[in-house]
Amino acid sequence: MTVGRFATIEDIRAALKSKTTSAVELARERLDRIAASDLNSFVTVCEEDALAAAGEADKRIACQGQTGLVGVPIAHKDVFCTAGVRTTCASRMLSEFVPPYDATVVTKLRDSGAIMLGKTNMDEFAMGSSNENSYFGPVSNPWDATRVPGGSSGGSAAAVAAGLVPAATATDTGGSIRQPAALCGISGLKPTYGRVSRYGMVAFASSLDQGGPMARSAEDLRLLLQHMEGHDPLDSTSADVGPTPHETDGTGLRIGIPREYFAATVDDAAAILERLGHGRLEISLPHTAYATAAYYVVASAEASTNLSRYDGVRFGHRAESPVDLDDLYARSRSEGFGAEVKRRILTGTYALSIGYYDAYYRKAQRLRRLVRQDFLDAFETVDLILAPSTPSTAFEKGALVAPDETKDPTVMYAQDVYTVPASLAGLPALSIPCGIVDGLPVGMQIIAPHFGEDRLLSLAESFQRETDWHQRTPAVHGTNARASDTSGGRYSMEGRRGSAGSGGGAQRMQSAGPAMGRS
Amino acid sequence: MDADLIDKLMRLAALRLEAQERELLKDNLQKIVHLIDTMQSADTDAVEPLDHPLDGVQPLRPDRVSEVVDRNRFQETAPEVRDGLYLVPRVVE
Repeated sequence: MTVGRFATIEDIRAALKSKTTSAVELARERLDRIAASDLNSFVTVCEEDALAAAGEADKRIACQGQTGLVGVPIAHKDVFCTAGVRTTCASRMLSEFVPPYDATVVTKLRDSGAIMLGKTNMDEFAMGSSNENSYFGPVSNPWDATRVPGGSSGGSAAAVAAGLVPAATATDTGGSIRQPAALCGISGLKPTYGRVSRYGMVAFASSLDQGGPMARSAEDLRLLLQHMEGHDPLDSTSADVGPTPHETDGTGLRIGIPREYFAATVDDAAAILERLGHGRLEISLPHTAYATAAYYVVASAEASTNLSRYDGVRFGHRAESPVDLDDLYARSRSEGFGAEVKRRILTGTYALSIGYYDAYYRKAQRLRRLVRQDFLDAFETVDLILAPSTPSTAFEKGALVAPDETKDPTVMYAQDVYTVPASLAGLPALSIPCGIVDGLPVGMQIIAPHFGEDRLLSLAESFQRETDWHQRTPAVHGTNARASDTSGGRYSMEGRRGSAGSGGGAQRMQSAGPAMGRS
Repeated sequence: MDADLIDKLMRLAALRLEAQERELLKDNLQKIVHLIDTMQSADTDAVEPLDHPLDGVQPLRPDRVSEVVDRNRFQETAPEVRDGLYLVPRVVE
């Protein structure tokens, strides 16, 4: 017997425990779905290794029963190094790169018994918000194949949303877990900077990069985090704190609503939280307006430094027949990197060069402190902050990126407006589904103080016990997936909002989610 | 963002672009600089730059050999090696 296409990890564990399915059966079924999928969410599929590992998992289950993630199929974003398995970062530069070692996250999840089915597509070097910057082509959003899944972890988000895997790893530098999670209608967690080891995670911006899980529920995020987190002596920025506890009951919390974040409101989601007994306070994060600019300076500066390692000599793409050393470097890099990566490298080079260093890089770091201080001040009076995850639902492919690179890149950068502040501050934040607008999922973001993942997850878990937005699924190839937006949530706002369901405009809401206009 | 500055940045970043790609890039970079210039209106004179989001410092470890570099294994990923050496175009005649 098989488990449902959109089963959570908890469902799968129960099925493996009761022996209604086996790890091999599960892996086979998911691999077949991946092969039949046309979302382009995978760069590499590891069929043979996955089935062998699933066979081992079944032996383990037969001896010891199902524990941890034993037998649970997952996928890794193709930014995590996997020994012996190609790790491309969706770049021509690394299109043939086979790492000699595993990322710590990969080792930990393997040790927990999870079965890696493959590596997911992404924006090249994690730079992008639509997954259209991949050397391996764009990923489609399972809710509407003409739209983007978000980025940079678009492959992981689409794969989970389409039921190809119940969970996947991802990384978030300025929103790359939360934004695609929101656009694909799934749950995604960016932990506190340093909570999850960066060892073996191909570097983009080292003071911002953080790995985390994507799944179908907050409960699954908690389980995955347990198997990903922990101090790692191999990562000097890894935080030496204990495991995330499970002690907050998720009731009676003070929820802050930042007035700077909303063109529209998150009234509906906040109303549900109020009904659950949480307090609601308006707060101010006054330096929010500077966050996107500061982020693009800091991230690009670090990217220009990190990506200097790609020289065509030690690993990665090498130009044919170089005439001299400069030619080898310049041609290898120019052929190996895509347009967005080149833009970020040059922006970073500019911000770090003589005459501009203080005006841009140091200025951005000063603003970073002010953005962080805004949050620290806010957390004096509130326990968590509620915000939108994205300024719009999933947008059309090609709307913000043109093949000839003639579109203004800063319009895409503005997609990160709600996610970069928490990234600059190193705070944990997650996105969970909170509504459907015009057939497309909407996410809400919850931000916690440093190392406040327990509180964050507790609130998300309590929200998901009271709503069913996270159980909504796209219609996938005529499967038994439910129609997405016809039944209304348990907390349907129809009737409460004056305009609900009546206008057909971008603000039409059938959901408990924030009113958000499409851009 | 004039042609000389673009040339300098490309040299510093070891990138080389065709003329058309360069023109587009110049236009794109101008827009990006316009975005990041919005920072200048903030008063940050009395603010210390933040390098690490948790004010972390670089931890030190004992000065002991903790791993052995397996040259052959690492060079398996190199585009061109010979006799354990990475190959580059001749730099000394």
